[in-house]
Amino acid sequence: MLNLRLYMLQRITALLMAPLVLGHLAVMIYAIQGGLSTGEILGRTQGSILWFLFYGTFVFAVSIHGAIGLRTVLHEWVGLKGTALEAVMWIIGLGLFTLGARAVWAVTFAQGLGA
Amino acid sequence: MKTPARAHPLWVAFIVHRVSGVGLALFLPLHFWVLAMAMTDPDRLDGFLHLTENSVVKLAEVGLVFGLVVHMFGGLRLMALEWLPWTPSQKTLAAMAVAISFLIAGLFFMKAI
Amino acid sequence: MTLGVLKVTLERSAGLEQAATVFEVPAYENQTVLDVVSWVQQNADPTLSYRFACRVGMCGSCAMMVNGVPRWTCRTHISKVLDGDAVTIGPLRNLPVIKDLVVDMDPFFDKWVAAEGVHHGALTRDDPIEAIDEQSDARVEANAGIECINCSVCYAACDTVTSNADYLGPAALQRAWTLLNDTKDDGRAAILDAVSDKGGCHNCHSMGSCTVYCPNDLDPMSAIAGLKRETAKSFFKMGR
Repeated sequence: MLNLRLYMLQRITALLMAPLVLGHLAVMIYAIQGGLSTGEILGRTQGSILWFLFYGTFVFAVSIHGAIGLRTVLHEWVGLKGTALEAVMWIIGLGLFTLGARAVWAVTFAQGLGA
Repeated sequence: MKTPARAHPLWVAFIVHRVSGVGLALFLPLHFWVLAMAMTDPDRLDGFLHLTENSVVKLAEVGLVFGLVVHMFGGLRLMALEWLPWTPSQKTLAAMAVAISFLIAGLFFMKAI
Repeated sequence: MTLGVLKVTLERSAGLEQAATVFEVPAYENQTVLDVVSWVQQNADPTLSYRFACRVGMCGSCAMMVNGVPRWTCRTHISKVLDGDAVTIGPLRNLPVIKDLVVDMDPFFDKWVAAEGVHHGALTRDDPIEAIDEQSDARVEANAGIECINCSVCYAACDTVTSNADYLGPAALQRAWTLLNDTKDDGRAAILDAVSDKGGCHNCHSMGSCTVYCPNDLDPMSAIAGLKRETAKSFFKMGR
């Protein structure tokens, strides 16, 4: 059900994300002090190529990692297999990437419609 | 649990890794959707962010952070186990070194902010 | 000299007539789980089917689920597994039941072969006998797995085998790892291909039930980790 290629993709994206998770945790612990607000988040991220790359890479890796992980769980615990399993994996991966990329764009380079 | 008769530490680690992984994957779409409101509806995003003052939401956040951390360390443990052909005692020492490093770095961080 | 009575529940297959499932078996000071099953078959119900041969932990044919845990019954003292004075004994998990405590071992051995757990010879009888360095790292790895008796306890213990029909399982993959490290075996490419397929070593979640329950104290989980390492190296080398 998992071949070598999916296994390697799963492990490589995991390694890629380990430092990103630590960075994300640090940002969270820093950011929640004194409460969260849209202005504060955007003040940090808007127009920043560094945050765009940081969270862009994160979203790219987590889409692959999450899709392969859920593929395994859906096969083992739900019994999904064959073409349905492949299709669901791709839908999850592309769905996560689309939603995630939209969020990253929203907090970095989008000119807010109402802002 | 389906098979408590055969539960043992590594088996529990497997269950924790799987459950936290599924939990994070289910949370992510919500997370992305809310953040994207910065573009479409900043006032609504502010409304959501104010929810984080609520103690129930705070508790859920702690759960998510724990899920993220336990999934990351569980995954690093797994990769160390799979890719580093160490003896069990070397693995214990390495795990201790990592744990102590984090403790000290964490302390430093708490003091610094 | 009996020391009381054991309450033995056998998880038997549904037959045409109602077969008894609970038996009262006299307890003895020295008594294995297999002795208990044999007592039932010899004294209470001759229709009970079970499998054993050597009774000394070498043939690997008497494994059963004992209180939900896979064990070699001939080398398991009943006092080790009793819950009060009761014990539940069933057929091995993850394999089709033929009757009562007897399972069909074919899937287990088919996967053994599918993992290339067969000898790949390169020499003929005219070649000199290969000198083996007993101290080499590869030989030490190979030696670690050769005491496997094919009892299928690890296969029955593994939850990944339960939920993933293609998965080759711990015993077969450990055999593949052993052969990969054996200088007398010439099947490296075939083994790496076999264990990289959809049922291969990458389906293992390292939950370690194989290593916890192996009656011979072998470590299939680490052997499978070895296969993951070797295939990962081949991934970077050959880009497959």
